Amino acid sequence: MIKFENVDKEYDNGVKALSNINLSIEKGEFVFLVGPSGAGKSTLIKLILKEENPTSGKIYLNNKDITNVKNRKVPYIRRNVGVVFQDFRLLPNKTVYENIAFAMEIIGSHSKEIRRNVPMVLSMVNLSKKADYYPDQLSGGEHQRVAIARAIVNNPPILIADEPTGNLDPDTAWEIMKLLRDINRRGTTILMATHAKEIVDAMQKRVIEIEKGMIVRDEEKGVYGHEI
Amino acid sequence: MGMKFRLIKNIIKQGFQGMWRNKGMGLASITSIAAVLIILGLVFIMILSLNNIVVDTKDKFDEIQIFLEDSADDEQIERIKSSIENQEGVSSVMFQSKDEALEKMKEDWGDEAYLLDGLETNPLPNTIIVKLKDIEYANNIAKKIKDLEGIEEIQYNQDIIEKLVLVANYVKTGGMLIVSILIFVSVFIISNTIKLTVTARKREINIMKYVGATNGYIKGPFVIEGVLFGLIGALLSLGAVYYGYNYFFNTVSDRLYVLFTIYLVPPKVLFKDISTIFITIGAGIGALGSLVSLKKFLNV
Repeated sequence: MIKFENVDKEYDNGVKALSNINLSIEKGEFVFLVGPSGAGKSTLIKLILKEENPTSGKIYLNNKDITNVKNRKVPYIRRNVGVVFQDFRLLPNKTVYENIAFAMEIIGSHSKEIRRNVPMVLSMVNLSKKADYYPDQLSGGEHQRVAIARAIVNNPPILIADEPTGNLDPDTAWEIMKLLRDINRRGTTILMATHAKEIVDAMQKRVIEIEKGMIVRDEEKGVYGHEI
Repeated sequence: MGMKFRLIKNIIKQGFQGMWRNKGMGLASITSIAAVLIILGLVFIMILSLNNIVVDTKDKFDEIQIFLEDSADDEQIERIKSSIENQEGVSSVMFQSKDEALEKMKEDWGDEAYLLDGLETNPLPNTIIVKLKDIEYANNIAKKIKDLEGIEEIQYNQDIIEKLVLVANYVKTGGMLIVSILIFVSVFIISNTIKLTVTARKREINIMKYVGATNGYIKGPFVIEGVLFGLIGALLSLGAVYYGYNYFFNTVSDRLYVLFTIYLVPPKVLFKDISTIFITIGAGIGALGSLVSLKKFLNV
């Protein structure tokens, strides 16, 4: 599903963000990406989303080599990857329903399809009753659930979550994790960058740890960190 | 097909929304484009009219006047006439005596002709008037006959025409220079207007990027917004130039300055000429302004 082969990334200003990254994430996996701030987690995600190009090495997505695709093709690659951010990024002037429908409109979905899929994901994230609310009428957890609904409404095979619980209290964070687990159980591959030790330790999923731009640990059913 | 259509519909809708949201700055954009086009229109009118004057003057002044010395005798005059008749480009040769010349001048002066009554002697020379097929032949003929005896001076209006062409060229160059500068300014103003929409929609654009909207889909609305401002500016200036010029033209005609009016382009003809130009330039400035601002402010 996602594969990195000897990937290096050095930014134009000379900062070496990643070196010799090798990893392979299979379809249906749930993977935590952990490590201190500035270790290279964000860069890794940016490489998958083609916001940045690797300095060397190869990146595959859905068995396709995306290392050197043309800019013109990038949007079509991104349609395979749903993204959720720590700061939710909802549009304040659109209702919950419209925020989600927006993701379908911009790729040209049929309005019939929109009317079918949006209520479906809304019920999945348990927000059917708040379809007509505006973001400022929602709690933090609800914000994130809308964002998740928006990320999956186009049915991408991969969902990337960049610190999705970073702005939420522990109880709400767990709600979100349950939701992500449900989504994962339906077959969506999930890659989640996080600092939330309790969550990582409790979920018992694969953990990839990055430090100073290198993978220092990659284990099944891992925990957040071994050092005290 | 259906998908494409829906996307295009969305792009256009967003373009109109952006225009509406930016009414204030949009007004500045529209005004600047309209100003450019109005000035372009004036330059255009001036160039067309000057051109008419040049063509007309060429027709009217295709003659050479050869002033003869008072001492020239009939034989010399005949010799001059016959040597001119053999030249290329000559359509007729005519002799005008001093007295005839004075009569003609009195006629031309009309009410002020009494001023000429005080003359004790007729200062005007005998003249041979040579009609040419084209003023271009004048130089050549003048060169060939200038050494013949009895000729005091050879005069023709090549100068006037050359000067007219020169003035027309100055107007053309100067006008284009001003118009280019103004186009540059308008592109700048438009790009700043579009920048406001881009900033207002930053979040939206960011989300669009992540959900996989194509660059065309993201940029389309801004280009449309710019083009709409351009088109509105074009229509306003078209109206202003047409009605303004129409008014001017009618005023001039009403007062019977017919001599002047014949040099002017009829407003209907002008309208036909400039409408395509205005709309193209207006839309072009709008699109260019958007693209400039997108390149600068939108990193998609």
